[in-house]
Amino acid sequence: MKRKTETSELIFRIISYTLLTIFAVSCLYPFVFAISAAISGAHEVDYNQIVLLPKSVQFDAFRNMFSNNMFWNAYTNTFFLTIFGTIWAMLYSILGAYALSKKRLLFRKALNFFLVFTMWFSAGIVPQYLNYLATKTVFNSVGIMDDKWLVVIAMGMQAMNIVLLRNAFEEVPSEIEEAAIVDGATEFQVLTTVYIPMSRSTIATVALFFAISRWNGYFWARQMISNGYEKPLQVFIRELLEQYQDPEFINGWNEVYSADSIIYALIVCSIVPILIIYPFIQKYFAKGVNEGGVKS
Amino acid sequence: MAAKAKAADYLLYDEATGSYKEDPEQRVRDDVEKHYWRHVWSMIVKDWRLYVMLIPMLLVFLFWRYFPMYELLGCFKVADNVLPVADQLFSGFSNFKQLLVGNTSMSTEFWRALRNTFILSFYGMCFGFPMPIVVALFFNEIRSNIARSVFQVITYLPKFMSTVVMTSLVVMLVQQGTLVSEMGIISKLLVSLKLITYETGNSGILHNPAFFRAVYVISGIWEGAGYDSIVYFAAIIAISPTSYEAAQIDGAGKMAQMKYVVLPSILSTVTIMLITRIGSLLNIGYEKVLLLYNADTFMTADVVSTFSNRYGLEGAAKGLASAAEMMNNVIGMLLVIGANTISRKASNTSLY
Repeated sequence: MKRKTETSELIFRIISYTLLTIFAVSCLYPFVFAISAAISGAHEVDYNQIVLLPKSVQFDAFRNMFSNNMFWNAYTNTFFLTIFGTIWAMLYSILGAYALSKKRLLFRKALNFFLVFTMWFSAGIVPQYLNYLATKTVFNSVGIMDDKWLVVIAMGMQAMNIVLLRNAFEEVPSEIEEAAIVDGATEFQVLTTVYIPMSRSTIATVALFFAISRWNGYFWARQMISNGYEKPLQVFIRELLEQYQDPEFINGWNEVYSADSIIYALIVCSIVPILIIYPFIQKYFAKGVNEGGVKS
Repeated sequence: MAAKAKAADYLLYDEATGSYKEDPEQRVRDDVEKHYWRHVWSMIVKDWRLYVMLIPMLLVFLFWRYFPMYELLGCFKVADNVLPVADQLFSGFSNFKQLLVGNTSMSTEFWRALRNTFILSFYGMCFGFPMPIVVALFFNEIRSNIARSVFQVITYLPKFMSTVVMTSLVVMLVQQGTLVSEMGIISKLLVSLKLITYETGNSGILHNPAFFRAVYVISGIWEGAGYDSIVYFAAIIAISPTSYEAAQIDGAGKMAQMKYVVLPSILSTVTIMLITRIGSLLNIGYEKVLLLYNADTFMTADVVSTFSNRYGLEGAAKGLASAAEMMNNVIGMLLVIGANTISRKASNTSLY
């Protein structure tokens, strides 16, 4: 009897390991392939002679890209959008979530509904586009000529993240807050000295959610940023890919490395910052999803 | 007794005299009601800092989430590229009529887009929903913490890649063959496995409408199966070891434990996630479709958002395009609210 249990368990474990290994390999393979293809020779890339490891290694694709000013522009712009976008979003999200977490707030239900309704219903692409155009006009008329600021300020709000923060703030025991008030802390001091330190992990999670969605943002940045020098990296990659699919582009290509390599090199550059911080942040993500995903 | 139950709630029944008298608290309630707005105002003044904190968030959502809804009025109006929406002429439901029953190619395209939206997200749900659960069950089988962490780190990774990077990789890996290059490596693999013919692979999978849905669903699984398993895995590791021990003593093998211990324990999580998924059936990720489709695959790939994008942003039919998306989003909202109501009734769990 005991033996039988062990065998079935063993079989199950072997299946788990096998399938998970296959899945993990398929998750990792495209990235490894991208790196190899970015540094392999033209013929090897075009005729699929690399499977995993690079062949006839060249670094010209990377060198070519690094010598391109537009690439560095795009890279800096993405950093700019990520950093300022996250700071701005965290600022109003934390303040708003803190107020919403207070039971004594009047019209709390209506305000929550105001927020949550945006998760249920969105106006759609066209109205959003017209709205951003109008915003752009207003911004220009007050002297903000950079479309980057439009992207930073007017985009990327996420009601779900505010709900996550609100739930975290609600968990903070009210005794601590009362103690702080007795000590003469103002509302803002209560927030900065009690609430923010006590919900550190949720705040980190939400900030990372914002940052990742900023880093990866594409559609609206492409629609609204008209100046080529202000384009973020994702737009740059996509435009190059579209250009690359144009047959004329290929005909004028050089012999040292494949046209594919430059796209792969770009992809690698765009994911490197995420790969660097990823091992440190992924435990926060798991935690954040579990804490806030479903509230009963 | 019946009379007592029926009496207005501001009267109290006095047992001793057998008559009704006024509830003393009623005066307070009357007072509060009479001075309700004054009371509200004094509360706001007392806590003004709290309300000031709310302002930035409210403004941001008002400007960039609610003002667009005002622009939605455009779907009832004659589109005009110069006039703001408020000055455009009302055209009633003509935009909707044109889309729904109009005898134009646009109407045909709209119906196709609506159907594709349903089909794509339905396939995405059928194949994409069970995968994270299976992955979570597998994670649970791995006893070594280090091995499990490694697997988790790797399988969550695709979720953090941008849609642009993901779709660019797909485009590159299944690209068509040209005079100077072979088809993409995944196409080549599929050809050598005899899953597709050489011609299909060589002319480009992404240019073949028959494959778009498969590409969409499979890339969705690749992207989300690992990361979405977090929720289920948390539910599984919350199961107390004594449950397994009890099942083992009763002679349950691995499959029986699965069936009688694990599945019942994660059923509520699964239900909630399924309901959410159904609720967001129509909120398809248009960015991915937009980046993967092309004129060759409109037949299976064009969804309502991309339809609006094509006609409203790239074309000039703004009124029609917003009418199309309005219909899609209203149905979507009804699905979310419906799903939420069902979830509240069925499991006492409300998502919002």
